[in-house]
Amino acid sequence: MPWLVNQEILARTDELEIPFNRHGIDPFGISRVEVARMMTILSWLYHHYFTVTIHGIDRVPARGRTILVGNHSGGFAVDGMMVWASMFLERDPPRLVHGMAERFMNRMPFASMYTSRTGTFTGTPEMALNLLGQERALLVFPEGARGTAKLYGDRNTLVRFGTGFMRLALQSGAPIVPFAFLGGGDAVPTVLNLKTLGRLVGVPYLPVTPYILPIPRPVKLELYYGEPMQFEGNGNEEDHVIDDYVAQVKRRIADMIHSGQRARLAKGLEP
Amino acid sequence: MKVLITGITGKMGRAVATTLSEHGHEVTGIDRRPWSGCPDSITVHQLDIRKRASEEVFRSFRPEVVIHMATVTHLTTRSNEDRYRINLYGTRAVFEHCHNYGARKAIFVGRHTYYGAAPDAPLYHKEDEPPLAMSTFPELADLVAADLYAGSALWRFPNLETTVLRICYTLGPACQGTLASFLRGPYVPIVLGFDPLFQFIHEHDAAAAIRLATEHSLRGVFNVAGPDPIPLSMLAREAGRKPVRAPEPLFKLALGRFGLPQLPRGAIEHIKYPIVIDSSAFRDATGFVPTYDEDQTIHAFRDASPLF
Repeated sequence: MPWLVNQEILARTDELEIPFNRHGIDPFGISRVEVARMMTILSWLYHHYFTVTIHGIDRVPARGRTILVGNHSGGFAVDGMMVWASMFLERDPPRLVHGMAERFMNRMPFASMYTSRTGTFTGTPEMALNLLGQERALLVFPEGARGTAKLYGDRNTLVRFGTGFMRLALQSGAPIVPFAFLGGGDAVPTVLNLKTLGRLVGVPYLPVTPYILPIPRPVKLELYYGEPMQFEGNGNEEDHVIDDYVAQVKRRIADMIHSGQRARLAKGLEP
Repeated sequence: MKVLITGITGKMGRAVATTLSEHGHEVTGIDRRPWSGCPDSITVHQLDIRKRASEEVFRSFRPEVVIHMATVTHLTTRSNEDRYRINLYGTRAVFEHCHNYGARKAIFVGRHTYYGAAPDAPLYHKEDEPPLAMSTFPELADLVAADLYAGSALWRFPNLETTVLRICYTLGPACQGTLASFLRGPYVPIVLGFDPLFQFIHEHDAAAAIRLATEHSLRGVFNVAGPDPIPLSMLAREAGRKPVRAPEPLFKLALGRFGLPQLPRGAIEHIKYPIVIDSSAFRDATGFVPTYDEDQTIHAFRDASPLF
């Protein structure tokens, strides 16, 4: 029995779309035990530390190639981890979403190993197409590191979206499921980003909070999944066509953030 | 078919020669090293492929297919300049002789390390991807250049059917080769915090793949892989070895000491990051299916290379 692995969660990994071999490893190196271990830890954070509320998770296709696209909220990838956990813990049957990470992630010891074993890879177009070709679900934050670097006051705004995800969707025919993540900016209220110090330790920046350390606070988080958006094309469209499609997705996410903010205000939460 | 194999005395050379001979082909080889115990059906000329006497073998034997395996792939024994000359001038000589003496087909047997290991390299490399190995592992530059040079025969000699194979690590009872040397001792060094996927193929399967490439009409570059890759730590344990993890700065100091294998600097990237290739194009063209799975491959190596 591997340590720190909940039996029920381990059993649930059998229902994933991942073809684990007899060693519990899939062709991309994802490990059944490591997924269960990471999920055991996140499940506690998800249910007891943050308490995450989910809306519309059944809008995410149960199987087949899918790209989840949403806003970054919080000084580092708390949002990504919670989306990842929600798709495993709350979607029936569960799905393993593949995070498309920034390049620095794979350069760091341990981060490199654990992300690879749990299905998060450096988000290159080749890797994304490989995964979509195997009918997997991707998790993309088109704001990238610009998005996690948002300061507290900008927590519910959107910065520039990269366009790579749209070309991938058109090339692979995968639907885009937009999502809005709320509360992350409240969990990690960044007041300052230390870029030089971050570069020294191998990350784009180090977020600083009023209480100095970027430890997330135990706040309520909310996650809204929207209706899938299907775009037609082959991925070789001119930039202005792609930009227009990306703007449609961005607008949808902004709308979901606004309605989510109103709902949080009505409940007396920090928007 | 009349098949000429350069580098026939190496582990893969012998295996390919044996399987081709068993399948009724007439096999002749060139190698600087002698092959003691060579079957009677196979002729070996103990020559350097860059020397004029080797050209005479092409002239008199008139091979239909030439399999070029005479590249130096291990990294420690020779000076780099000598390696470069063998790998580059040798490859040039072989392709020119193929052209001049009417060979129908030339097969260059290369390595999947061509693609190189890097933090942002995707898994399942396709044949059109550029070689990253140049920057991450400069010691491999000559092998990358030889691979690209062989590929240039596709346009320089359009009448010659050129096949470039990029084969993943081979493993098995011969206990020779890059991966086998790395796994030879009781301890397998792993960089702390990294555990890349390793892709390997049983040497009999690799030989069978080269035989299929010989028998099929195949033009272009093809990746050749065996079973699905597994993490290095799992590979080490299955091989009956003990993985030892050390932080990267310590790791560099420890290599070659305490019973750990000696590796060139650039090899460290190859122990931190995976090189995994997509061999579906080769499978579709030849119908190749590996017959040994990952466990059978590792156990074949383990049983032939016990630690005591």
